[in-house]
Amino acid sequence: MDMAVDAGVIKQHLIDPEICIRCNTCEATCPVGAITHDDNNYVVRADVCNACMACISPCPTGSIDNWRTVPLVRAYSIEEQFTWEELPSELTPEQLSAAGIDASQGLPAAEPVLAASPDTAAGEAPFNSAAYGATVPPWSAARAFANLYGPKNATTATVVGNFNCTEAGFENQTHHIVLDFGSMPFPVLEGQSIGIIPPGVDAAGKPHHARQYSVASPRNGERPGYNNLSLTVKRVTQDHQGKPVRGVASNYVCDLKVGDKVQVIGPFGVSFLMPNHPRSHIVMICTGTGSAPMRAMTEWRRRLRKTGKFEGGKLMLFFGARTQQELPYFGPLQSLPKDFIDINFAFSRAPGQPKHYVQDRMRERAADLALLLKDPHSHFYVCGLKSMEEGVVLALRDVATEAGLDWDTIGANLKLEGRLHLETY
Amino acid sequence: MSTINYSEKIPNNVNLGEDRTLQRALEGWQPNFIHWWDDVGPDNSTNYEVYLRTAVSVDPQGWAQFGHVKMRDYRWGIFLNPGDANREIHFGDHKGEKAWQDIPGEHRANLRRIIVTQGDTEPASVEQQRHLGLTAPSMYDMRNLFQINVEEGRHLWAMVYLLHKHFGRDGREEAEALLQRQSGDVDNPRILGAFNEKTPDWLAFFMFTYFTDRDGKFQLSALAESAFDPLARTTKFMLTEEAHHMFVGESGVSRVLARTAAVMNELKTDDAQKVRAAGAIDLGTVQRYLNFHYSVTIDLFGADQSSNAATFYSSGLKGRYEEGKRTDDHVLKGQTYKVLEVHNGQLVEKDVPMLNALNEVLRDDFIKDSMAGVGRWNKVLEKAGVPTRLTVPHKAFNRQIGALAGIKMSPDGRVVSEAEWAAQKAEWLPTPEDFAFVASLMGRVVDPGKFAGWIAPPVMGINRQPVDFEYVRFG
Repeated sequence: MDMAVDAGVIKQHLIDPEICIRCNTCEATCPVGAITHDDNNYVVRADVCNACMACISPCPTGSIDNWRTVPLVRAYSIEEQFTWEELPSELTPEQLSAAGIDASQGLPAAEPVLAASPDTAAGEAPFNSAAYGATVPPWSAARAFANLYGPKNATTATVVGNFNCTEAGFENQTHHIVLDFGSMPFPVLEGQSIGIIPPGVDAAGKPHHARQYSVASPRNGERPGYNNLSLTVKRVTQDHQGKPVRGVASNYVCDLKVGDKVQVIGPFGVSFLMPNHPRSHIVMICTGTGSAPMRAMTEWRRRLRKTGKFEGGKLMLFFGARTQQELPYFGPLQSLPKDFIDINFAFSRAPGQPKHYVQDRMRERAADLALLLKDPHSHFYVCGLKSMEEGVVLALRDVATEAGLDWDTIGANLKLEGRLHLETY
Repeated sequence: MSTINYSEKIPNNVNLGEDRTLQRALEGWQPNFIHWWDDVGPDNSTNYEVYLRTAVSVDPQGWAQFGHVKMRDYRWGIFLNPGDANREIHFGDHKGEKAWQDIPGEHRANLRRIIVTQGDTEPASVEQQRHLGLTAPSMYDMRNLFQINVEEGRHLWAMVYLLHKHFGRDGREEAEALLQRQSGDVDNPRILGAFNEKTPDWLAFFMFTYFTDRDGKFQLSALAESAFDPLARTTKFMLTEEAHHMFVGESGVSRVLARTAAVMNELKTDDAQKVRAAGAIDLGTVQRYLNFHYSVTIDLFGADQSSNAATFYSSGLKGRYEEGKRTDDHVLKGQTYKVLEVHNGQLVEKDVPMLNALNEVLRDDFIKDSMAGVGRWNKVLEKAGVPTRLTVPHKAFNRQIGALAGIKMSPDGRVVSEAEWAAQKAEWLPTPEDFAFVASLMGRVVDPGKFAGWIAPPVMGINRQPVDFEYVRFG
């Protein structure tokens, strides 16, 4: 995958001022403080909302469930939203493409970033990979705890490890951070994420909002039996357009020293969870730091391996990065037994090699993937940059179709049964 | 006695499964609650399966679980909002001290009174609304009514939990009495006036849920600031449910207005009789209903000057609306507030100690919130091109409680003579003819997606379901 290409378009979360009754439930519910209000309207901060959907079902009116596709740089500000008496209409494809070209200097607009909205576009729908993502966990998932701590009652964790897990001296750094929660309860499952609040204030003098990171360790801790977990964090040194920028949170986290205290909220996520029944197969498709939940799931299965319970269940991994040096956990992955996990790497910038993306590797493994698609015990997890999502789901569709399977049925079942999970950003 | 599976039957986050004392108290009370529900709960609804929202935990994923259930089998749970072990009292004389997990002896009587008064309103509104299901204008509306009814039932549970858990024998007796008083009963009425009024029709129901449940919102918000932490956390969680009730009121009246405006545009008339003849509710009637429910509801906030209000605040039992967001000293000694008084037959403003005027402070917050919603109703008329606007009557209009009770006042704020009041009353408050007309429109419409002729369909369904979803399955 090309790490520099990123979405120029977002699906912005908005509240319909004509239906909203200003009851404050959404603002009180939002775990990341994305919602605020004035005397006129309740509004959502586009740069804070992480589409966790926690506000959707508590809203008594349904006004909360509105989404507009807009260029990232033209996202509606809260000041603009305060003045609204009704929602703006969707931008036309012409307006979007015009804005997209303006916004990203000739780069084509990517798929919307937030995948959670129902697709209401009339007429013939383009392939919408997000529509296949499940919102329920697999039946054998463990019960997850979520939102134990919010911005108003964040808990404190202590840094007990911080390792640069990319090759020394290489410019793109990915860090493996271990946090210990002491005596505070912070139960997590593989696939869940947590939020870290960087200290200090932003340019506007407001406290920084939390950034979310997937947990990279299994449920019983990075170090089993201790109240700890690990994260995979890439140091952000350039923005979506490739301009140099210092990511506030990622640099804060990557620079943490052992013994430092951090403010943590969460856990978040109750659907991207692994199956726990014997003979359940897990197919993991990821890029870059999207490997964190895959590492967590793999490690949990590895720890349980000696029980023999999961002998019938396959693990298959498709892992993309620009180069081998940028691949977090490359070394440890190489040493896992071949009969435990079936690993497929894809490097898009390996010197002297043609570009390979994860979906290319998936197509090469069509025969095995088709068998797994047929099997009701198979679970698919996709995590990484948004730009990979459509390609990956299309590859699954093509693999199914070429094997004579009916993708519409399989895709619908994967979603309904919580067996295809998409977590892209 | 039936044993109860506490985690299944009564979803809770108060460790009910391990609290034997509380279990015994609730086991005694629960059958009486079910009897009460059967006797005076929603009429003729026993076999209905209703698409209801049930709270099974307090996190965003757990508190709004939707599914078809029989109301009798609704899982009335007991929930406290997540707590903060270090929470401090943030107003009154105890400001800065740790919030109370148990009740200090000296505040016991006052707290019991506050909880019983709040608790009494919950079953009262179920009783007031019990016949409305028979005349629901749609399946969608019927479902919304029943959702409100079961949640008022849950709010009763929430208050009974506090009584059982923290007030011993007195609490158990008060919990029983909550099931014995009855709305409108001459011998044993509900505590507060507005909760003994009839809710005769759906327009009254929408006005009630808009205004009177909003009183609930403000009372609960003030209690959510309480130094008594279990009360603060209980009421905080109740507020998330209360929001649905106000939604039903606000959107209900909006839809009445939308339908009336459509009829007026169709017939190109603003003549009330023609609108009525076409089966819609004329705007004059809507305004009179509004005047009535608004004035009855603002009486609920109590006397404008009250030493009880001062005591409740200073002792930390009940704060102001959004106490935490206010920037004064949160003690309020030596501060003043303007209240209205009648002087020589005229209204005058008078500065009084703010502590004594806290009922008025809360009433004024309520008025501001109410007016914002009435402004949104007017947008519906504006959008339809109808020039009439609804207005909120003057604060002193039709008051029965407090210093303004003795005065005759027009809705637009003129002091009027007894004679003028008598002459104009029929233009300001609903008349028997108004009630009879609205009642004549109340027929039951229960085919999915069909709506009575006096109300427009909603713009969207519940929980992303379509408007024509089968919200109620008749057994």
